[in-house]
Amino acid sequence: MQITVAEEHCCGAGQCVLAAPDVFDQRDEDGVVVLLDATPPESQRAAVLDAAAVCPAAAIAVHE
Amino acid sequence: MSAPSAVVVVGASAAGLAVAETLRRERFDGRITLIGEEPELPYDRPPLSKEILSGRWQADRARLRDPAAVDRLGLDLRLGTSAESVDQAARRVLLADGTVVGYEELVITTGVRARRLPGIEGVAGVHVLRTLADVAALRVALSTKPRLVIVGAGFLGAEAASVAVQAGAEVSLVSDLDAPLADVLGPELGAGLVDLHRDHGVEVLTGVKVAEIVTEGARATGVRLVDGRTVTADAVLMAIGSVPNTEWLAGSGIPTDNGVLCDEYCRAAPHVWAAGDVANWFHRGLSERVRIEHRTNAGEQGMAVARNILSAGRPTAFQPVPYIWSDQYDRKIQIYGLPRGADRFAVTKGSIVDRELLALYGKNGTVRAAVGINMNRALRSARQFLVTPTPWEAGTA
Repeated sequence: MQITVAEEHCCGAGQCVLAAPDVFDQRDEDGVVVLLDATPPESQRAAVLDAAAVCPAAAIAVHE
Repeated sequence: MSAPSAVVVVGASAAGLAVAETLRRERFDGRITLIGEEPELPYDRPPLSKEILSGRWQADRARLRDPAAVDRLGLDLRLGTSAESVDQAARRVLLADGTVVGYEELVITTGVRARRLPGIEGVAGVHVLRTLADVAALRVALSTKPRLVIVGAGFLGAEAASVAVQAGAEVSLVSDLDAPLADVLGPELGAGLVDLHRDHGVEVLTGVKVAEIVTEGARATGVRLVDGRTVTADAVLMAIGSVPNTEWLAGSGIPTDNGVLCDEYCRAAPHVWAAGDVANWFHRGLSERVRIEHRTNAGEQGMAVARNILSAGRPTAFQPVPYIWSDQYDRKIQIYGLPRGADRFAVTKGSIVDRELLALYGKNGTVRAAVGINMNRALRSARQFLVTPTPWEAGTA
């Protein structure tokens, strides 16, 4: 599983951090997404897919 | 109770797509029919009044998924046609193109449409902003650097004012409230937003209603206010709220009143669910009915409904912490919870004058919402006050 994030789409909601805290974080100054792990282990799959689905800016793409 | 074999989703925007995607992720392999009135593949609406209107993004960047990703969902996709009625007894949906689609479970994600002032049929120069087609038309108007009057100063009107004035338009923003967004954010932040718009050169007219659109021939030339004043303009944008798309459910027995009336599980009737802007559901955490017209909720509620459909009769109540954001000039306004209807307000960090702040809203002694303006980090910490009910004194301590 490969993850990409579009920082310019990010609205800083932080929904991804709530869904998958081991994979996503936010910059302190503006809340823009920080990808902690672009190729997370299978155990993170469900959490990552949740994060991509709840992202209100559709900024997270998951490539299988 | 076994999994259904056919789910019909009416409405192919953010909520409808979330339903379809979540069903597939949860390994539902039955038929999913996704019906959309607009001809486009599902697209995102928040950028319409921001990046697309300003021209920073091309229209196709608003797409929620690329065509290949939509293909992989294996949908029975019916775009460019609307649903006309539901026969609950037969579990069928009748489409405008004359076809009939059977369902085991039906999800209503028909959203809302822009509210319009009466008497503007066929009048040129009058705009709304809800669809890609709307934003394309408004962009053509903006390219002439027109005098633009925006009727309504909610999130949409305020964002459009921000983009339009920066695109060189001469903008008047008319609100029937004492300040933009005063109904949502209260008079204190509302007053701060008046100053924000004025500092960027927008004429802000508050506390006054629009009586009518003034026309010459079949073209709008401005608006007349109820106090007799006229604001002349080359183009008029109506941003006066929206109307839930529920008329097609008339006579179906599915309850509607300011949206589709649902229980705490987002269920409107046996085998009928709703999600997104059109869903009016009982939020257990807030102990009241809510209907939320925002992007985050559309995705989350679509996911929740898909999971409840597959829950084998053990649905989970949907009770999110609502999240909203709005970009105006160089300010990002972010909201957790529902500030509307609050009886307490306090700025706990920063200040209104600096346009950088964290504010809390309370109701009945409990923190009800947290609002940040360019204050992301502190706002994130404040979100916990909404996850666990927090006494007002503890939140503002």
